[in-house]
Amino acid sequence: MVKHFKTAEFDAAVDAAPLALVDFWADWCGPCRMLAPLVDQLAGDYEGKVLVGKVNVDQEPELARRFGVMSIPTVVVLKNGQEVDRLVGVRPAPAFKAALDKHL
Amino acid sequence: MLYDVAVIGGGPAGLSAAVNLRARGKTVLVISNPPEDNPLWKAERVDNHLGLPALTGQEMMDTFRSHAAAAGTEFMEGKVLNAAQYGDMWYLGVGMEMVEASAVILAAGVARGRKFPGEEEFLGRGVSYCATCDGMLYRERPVAVLGYSDSARREADFLREIGCQVTYFHRPRTYEIRGGQTVTSVVCDGEELSVDGVFVLRPTVAPTELFPGLAVEKGYVLVDRQMQTNLPGLFAAGDCTGAPLQVSKAVGEGLVAGQSAAKWLDAHK
Repeated sequence: MVKHFKTAEFDAAVDAAPLALVDFWADWCGPCRMLAPLVDQLAGDYEGKVLVGKVNVDQEPELARRFGVMSIPTVVVLKNGQEVDRLVGVRPAPAFKAALDKHL
Repeated sequence: MLYDVAVIGGGPAGLSAAVNLRARGKTVLVISNPPEDNPLWKAERVDNHLGLPALTGQEMMDTFRSHAAAAGTEFMEGKVLNAAQYGDMWYLGVGMEMVEASAVILAAGVARGRKFPGEEEFLGRGVSYCATCDGMLYRERPVAVLGYSDSARREADFLREIGCQVTYFHRPRTYEIRGGQTVTSVVCDGEELSVDGVFVLRPTVAPTELFPGLAVEKGYVLVDRQMQTNLPGLFAAGDCTGAPLQVSKAVGEGLVAGQSAAKWLDAHK
């Protein structure tokens, strides 16, 4: 299951997760919609190991600013709340898996 | 939007591919810039296309487009900025839209224009290729638009409408993007301007940018006799596969690519 983060609950959720993947997106962004099925699939494949979530940059502009998101989609990988990896734009599926496997 | 085949490029190669796919009952979407932005549109006279002598480029484009439309081709105006294959589907990002297709034919012509200092380094940290994707992240902030495509001015207007402070540069001959963590300025033909973002808008994205892992040689897409590339379900035709950069060659390759893609679909679906 992909979690839809709100700003208020974000920190507590990712701090508590050994590993989290956060997809910054918006519904007016075509490339973001390309990535959506892959993010869903990652959530299934890594269930119980990685917290997979999304941040809508329109609804949560504060989070987007805090992470310095300047292009979407941007996917950030966090280990106990600390950023350890970042993938900007649409990338092949193995790139996302590699970024997670590296930190598991 | 779901199609059997998405064709990137609306010139002779792409339209010929579309006609041949329609003849085999496949659904086809041709994604391209407006026809008047096509290099062929500006040709004064083309004399070496068999059976259609002494036409202007515009007349040829009109003829080709009407033929493809009459065959049931669908059209979409826009630039494909991202492509990825997840599972056995291709996903193409076109501005705010997403297109899904089982196979893709790349017929986008020749990507002109090289990258300039800072462009790669600051991609995603102030440099963007997509006004509709990233514009909202730069509202109320100064941005530069470097316009190399005919539609760039319209994209600059879009950025102004949503509240970006836009400075437009028309086809700067050189530029350099500077910054620290993120972009702080751009120097265009010697003139430096403080900006938070730089939108570089070219008519087409280089094939290797669009399709990571695509085999190319001297900038041209490598294909076999069936116009198949090294990536599964991706075919290429026309100028992007190499010289001669001429209409008849593009039309012929488009035909082969269309028929090969149809065959490939029948074998894989």
